[in-house]
Amino acid sequence: MTILKTEGITAGYTKVDILHEVNIRLKSGEIVSVIGPNGAGKSTLLKTIFGILKPREGNVTLKNEDITGLKPDRIARKGISYVPQVDNIFPSMTIQENLEMGAFIRNDDYSQRLDEIYDLFPILKERRKQKAGQLSGGQRQMVAMGRALMVDPRVLLLDEPSAGLSPILVSDIFEKIIEINETGVSIIIVEQNAREALKMANHGYVLAMGKNVLDDKGDALLTNEEVGRLYLGG
Amino acid sequence: MIELIVYGIVLGSIISLGAIGLTLIYGIVRFANFSHGDLMSAGAYVALFMVTGVLSWIGVPATTFGPLSFGWRMVIAFPVSMLAVAGVAILFDQILYRKLRQKGSGVVIFAMSSLGAAFILRMIILILWGADSLFYKPGLMRPALQLPMGIKIRPDQILILFVVFILIGLLHLFLQNTKMGKAMRATADNMELALVSGINTEKIIIWTWGIGGAMAAAGGILYGIDVQLHPYMGWNFLIPLFAATILGTIGNMYGALVGGLVIGVAQQVSTAFLMPTYKPAVAFIIMILILLFRPKGIFGENSK
Repeated sequence: MTILKTEGITAGYTKVDILHEVNIRLKSGEIVSVIGPNGAGKSTLLKTIFGILKPREGNVTLKNEDITGLKPDRIARKGISYVPQVDNIFPSMTIQENLEMGAFIRNDDYSQRLDEIYDLFPILKERRKQKAGQLSGGQRQMVAMGRALMVDPRVLLLDEPSAGLSPILVSDIFEKIIEINETGVSIIIVEQNAREALKMANHGYVLAMGKNVLDDKGDALLTNEEVGRLYLGG
Repeated sequence: MIELIVYGIVLGSIISLGAIGLTLIYGIVRFANFSHGDLMSAGAYVALFMVTGVLSWIGVPATTFGPLSFGWRMVIAFPVSMLAVAGVAILFDQILYRKLRQKGSGVVIFAMSSLGAAFILRMIILILWGADSLFYKPGLMRPALQLPMGIKIRPDQILILFVVFILIGLLHLFLQNTKMGKAMRATADNMELALVSGINTEKIIIWTWGIGGAMAAAGGILYGIDVQLHPYMGWNFLIPLFAATILGTIGNMYGALVGGLVIGVAQQVSTAFLMPTYKPAVAFIIMILILLFRPKGIFGENSK
């Protein structure tokens, strides 16, 4: 069953369109990876889904509800969480406070969810009183994902979670993403690190110049000759 | 000398109240609010209106507390004025700055608009109360207490320090422990991510103006109690406020507190060597020196 889809999304910044009629479909419980070269519009796509950018044309649908053009705080309340690629933590606040801010829209008792996040990222529990700005890149990424998970989202949007991380950390982070997915969270992940991203994806999309180029099952794209040549470095 | 330092701490604590609001507004609304000093004046005059007007009409007795120069009227007027000036600050935001935010105006436009707001506030005060110095309790000078080491301090001044301590302590507790306070810090830290986390940043901005306005009002009233009321009192505070804010690293509330105390002490101590009329210049010189040699202020290392 489809949980989130975009239909004919055309969007961008003032006057310049970056996306042209992009269609993405995320099935419930699955991981969709969106790959493509720099400037393909991958981040713009996530920003448009999350309501940071308003699409000029097209629709974003969550389950059966049209959420096109809603503000981010409304979309967050609908069960979508977003982790930006950069500046994705509150640096002068502690780890614990970062996670609390993730739960800002919750009015119930979220202490159990907090424990679950700490179980997922034990290092964060150890350092929960430390300021997030003092952490290493990998740990920051964990704080960023933990913050987004505090609302118990149905859909998680990840913008290049591996950016700037060393290869060992990259596989750590990807393992965590699979663990998150196994708890029932559907995920759209946008990645430069195409091979790793496709390996764990149920379905992959290739974007170039803001347009859909290809889409197929993750493993099918991995073995696709053209994708291999252009995006996986041969 | 020690006496000047003590007076400097009293003055500095008043500067701190203004500087904290200024720095919070800078951190969250992201512009230099040139009307902040005049919000302090507004606070002082609203309290004057309460003390000599409203509260005397409804028959609150004018008696004073023991060695202090004020009584129940001021106890009522103080929070009322804080609320009123919070309201004024929010009103200016809603009819002026919010429009500019929606348009995506540059910082200079914001700063100039706040300068306009400053003139409006000051002119209203001049029209209603005239250009003369005024007092909450004319002709009443309480004798100073003699402390060891030859320090003379008036009971009012001790109370001023106490009130500032309480207000800053309350603000600290609010920012550290409440959901709204934490959301304010989060917004100051990373506004985009605050939005992404579902925080309504417009609401945070309203809270910020409210708190900044209330703190400014408190500072203005306390200065009125310590010295006098004058339509230009807030405007004259503007340079010390900015100096304290920059010294303590812009956006850092605790820095503004320290910065305020440093500037206050420096200004008072300077009167031992310079004519008192040069006091504002001392703050100005300190500000220039910080901008030249340590533009990020004393707490600036950890900034991004």
